[in-house]
Amino acid sequence: MQQLPITLRINGRAYSMDVDVRTSLLELLRGLGFTSVKEGCGVGECGACTVLVDGVAVDSCLYLAVWADKRAIRTVEGECADGRLSPVQEAYIEEGAVQCGFCTPGLVMTTTSFLEQRENTPLTREEIARGHAGNLCRCTGYQTIIRAVQRAADKQRRSGRR
Amino acid sequence: MFAMENYHRATDLNDAVRALAAHPEARVLAGGTDVLIRLREGDGAFAHLVDINGLDELRQIDMDTSGTIRIGALATCTRIIEHEIIRSHLPVIAASLATIGGPQIRNIATMGGNICNGAVSADSACALLILDTELVIQGPAGERTVPILGFHTGPGRTILRRDEILKYFLFRPGQYRGIGAAYCKYAMRSAMDIATIGCGAALRMEGDIITSLKLAFTVAAPTPVRCPRTEEAAAGRRLDEETLALLAGIVEDDVQPRTSWRAERDFRMHIIRTLVQRVTREAANQQGGN
Repeated sequence: MQQLPITLRINGRAYSMDVDVRTSLLELLRGLGFTSVKEGCGVGECGACTVLVDGVAVDSCLYLAVWADKRAIRTVEGECADGRLSPVQEAYIEEGAVQCGFCTPGLVMTTTSFLEQRENTPLTREEIARGHAGNLCRCTGYQTIIRAVQRAADKQRRSGRR
Repeated sequence: MFAMENYHRATDLNDAVRALAAHPEARVLAGGTDVLIRLREGDGAFAHLVDINGLDELRQIDMDTSGTIRIGALATCTRIIEHEIIRSHLPVIAASLATIGGPQIRNIATMGGNICNGAVSADSACALLILDTELVIQGPAGERTVPILGFHTGPGRTILRRDEILKYFLFRPGQYRGIGAAYCKYAMRSAMDIATIGCGAALRMEGDIITSLKLAFTVAAPTPVRCPRTEEAAAGRRLDEETLALLAGIVEDDVQPRTSWRAERDFRMHIIRTLVQRVTREAANQQGGN
């Protein structure tokens, strides 16, 4: 099957490769070792495979790898810098918003994008729930996740850093 | 791996149309949120693809000096929802698209795809119908402009020929100025769900008299539909409980809901009667708000 050359950045590092056009971005990323990206449903309903493409949250299972050409991809592996967790990751831990952990990388990326687009704007519980409606979690019942998002937003406001 | 047998990445719109004309079995791939799922399920009807995802020429959202608004077929739901022109002038389009899927889906799904896949439940269809939106379609011999009314011909079917591609949606100022419009999606869940019934209404009022009502439903017939009998009955009447009750009776002649695993016919009819009243009332409130 047809191969196309692509160049992209993943968590800040440049990659160039030929990809089979049938490959999803999920398969490409997992093949390169970014195994935080989980395949849950494979049809865009659970959000476990959420990554950021140029800052926008997408289900990588419904995204062709060739579409990532010339784009910047972020996965949860890149959110931890110099051994330090991001404010979103810290907030998930502090609120106990992780149980089995399968949905967590996708949720962390959704929250990261959600908060970056709403810096310094007050958030209601309803807005947080709507902004995370594309991620399923079978363990937590979502209350701790919503608190984690609120806490991460507070952290960002206080520290002024993302 | 998606079960593709043939893939053509279009370089521009003409190239895409040429590729479709040359390969009659090929289908268009846009945002991918329907087609890639079909492909993952091994649906052979989608094994030959012409990928238009990269065509930025189909993403424009703008307004010309006459007030005609253009939305490119490949504009994503999120971009349309957040666009200043749409928020100011076509809020019912933004409200409709906001009911689709969840954030990740809206970030890549396109309004063109929502209409061209022919879905009876398409959330943008009611808003497009009550605004009498025009669709500009490109084919090998040139472009043609058609009304949204009549675009859908059956479940999963439209008037689009195999070698045609929707370019953009046109909204004329005479259609959207001075109206109040609303959309309500009735579904079991408030996200990531398909409408059991969708209802849109666009209302023009003089005082408390309805001068015109445009009413549309999804999942109420084999295609998204307008409601000519109800619309005719509404014109010239006072907007009050009596009129709304009358319209709720007449609307039964404008729709043919069916029983599916999602809902019984009678239940769908009950929702339809309820939504006629609720959404017409909400459209009137929206007019007050503009």
